[in-house]
Amino acid sequence: MDDFALRALAAGIGVALISGPLGCFVVWRRMAFFGSALSHSALLGVALGFLLGIDLTIGTVAVCVAVALLLVFLERGRTLSGDTLLGILAHGALALGLVALSFLDTVRVDLMGYLFGDILAVTVADIAWVYGAGAVVLAVLALLWQPLLAITVHADLAFVEGVPVTRVRIAFVLLLAVVVALAMKVVGILLVTSLIIIPAAAARRFARTPEQMAGSAAVMGCVAVAGGIWGSFATDVPTGPAIVVAACVLFAASGVASALSGRR
Amino acid sequence: MAPSSDSAGFLIEARQVSVTFGTHTALSGVDATVREGEALTIIGPNGAGKTTLVKVMLGLIAPDGGTVHRRPGLSIGYMPQRIEVDATLPLTVRRFLAFAVPRNGRPSEERLRAVLGEVGAEHLLENPLQEVSGGEMQRVLLARALLRDPDLLVLDEPARGVDVGGQADLYQLIGRIRDEHGCGVLMVSHDLHLVMAATDRVICLNQRVQCAGHPEAVSRHPGYTELFGDYPTARAFAIYHHHPGHVQDADGTLQPLAPTAGEAEPPACGCDSTEPHDHG
Repeated sequence: MDDFALRALAAGIGVALISGPLGCFVVWRRMAFFGSALSHSALLGVALGFLLGIDLTIGTVAVCVAVALLLVFLERGRTLSGDTLLGILAHGALALGLVALSFLDTVRVDLMGYLFGDILAVTVADIAWVYGAGAVVLAVLALLWQPLLAITVHADLAFVEGVPVTRVRIAFVLLLAVVVALAMKVVGILLVTSLIIIPAAAARRFARTPEQMAGSAAVMGCVAVAGGIWGSFATDVPTGPAIVVAACVLFAASGVASALSGRR
Repeated sequence: MAPSSDSAGFLIEARQVSVTFGTHTALSGVDATVREGEALTIIGPNGAGKTTLVKVMLGLIAPDGGTVHRRPGLSIGYMPQRIEVDATLPLTVRRFLAFAVPRNGRPSEERLRAVLGEVGAEHLLENPLQEVSGGEMQRVLLARALLRDPDLLVLDEPARGVDVGGQADLYQLIGRIRDEHGCGVLMVSHDLHLVMAATDRVICLNQRVQCAGHPEAVSRHPGYTELFGDYPTARAFAIYHHHPGHVQDADGTLQPLAPTAGEAEPPACGCDSTEPHDHG
């Protein structure tokens, strides 16, 4: 295997290990569209990174975090349904990102790479980002696990029982923003949500506890990444989409497997 | 009878609480106090602000006016009106109950079983939460509230989703729990006659306090009959619970609640209107 393939595998597996457990909460909390909105805003971060001449990952993380906080703040007002609000922010941010990129005459931007991922171009620095930030995300998630699960089950009940609901919610959204910014490198802005929710959804049928589901989702994500990279090499198709297709195949297979084993 | 301002022995006290949502006034100048070991029921039609008042008292909603005081160190067991857990979250009843207890204080096996046994749901311990039926879920929620060793139980429509026969059982269970644990109870209900035996005092709410006091007295109060006289659901339940016993002496005053000709069948009214209305 070539170096770039190994780097791709390392980055992809790193992202899958983080997005699996976090993706479980996205699925449980029905926040798939929220994740989508965050990822759409990532392009704005890339544009901002170029314009300000800062590290692109830092730019992306910063914009994702800002959008996440804005969403949490706006959802409190509740003048619009959360769904509509997310739609406006997701596509508004994507459009704004595209407009901002068009101002960059001096830089040639590989738009397709950002939209659909360019995992074969990941650098050692990217991998360091994935594992460094990923370790922090997983450590924080482990600390938050119990209260986050409690507010996922019933926020008001958790509040009465002493869980600092708002703080936990904001912390989770920030984690999600970081993961979106990292996963973007692997599958691109338009496919990030799939890497977050599909492994988690596929893991559901094999899990009896939340922790089992988080672990299985991480494993499923790794298998999807490895399968996608292999498939992309074997058939010469783009890698990001191949990874998502592999995840979908896993999801379908998990459905078939559980149907054959007589449900559950 | 206004809630006493005597604060000795109170568990939780709301004073002059007002809440508005946009232009809609949900609560206006509401007083409510629960004292030690006392059961207070808030009744009122849909949209009267019952749940809002409970949420203000729990600290879930910040009131626009008024104050809420709690006895320092008060432990509250809360039973929300409904719970919806996504089907993708693998969670057993056991795990659900374990959230009730503060960190590092997982309840012992005996305690879990004892509390579930007390509410008559011991057989559910290993069931997935999403497969528990409506009536069973109310018991599981009650068990979670009890695991907190509450000084105060807050129950929002505890009989929601329970069939009419089961409702009486559930209120009996709540009465028994209160007697055995000696905790205060703050309860929300649609219907006075169902909770009559399980409560010491009643607040009749419709944005503001219409009347308050002993359940028998409230049932005779003009503020109550005005509110419920034309309210079909209350009337339907009043018929159902018209069995001899505690209602008999109140027969005369309950007359306004009796059905008029042609309305003897409990109307299947699912609408949220608090106004008198017909379903022709």
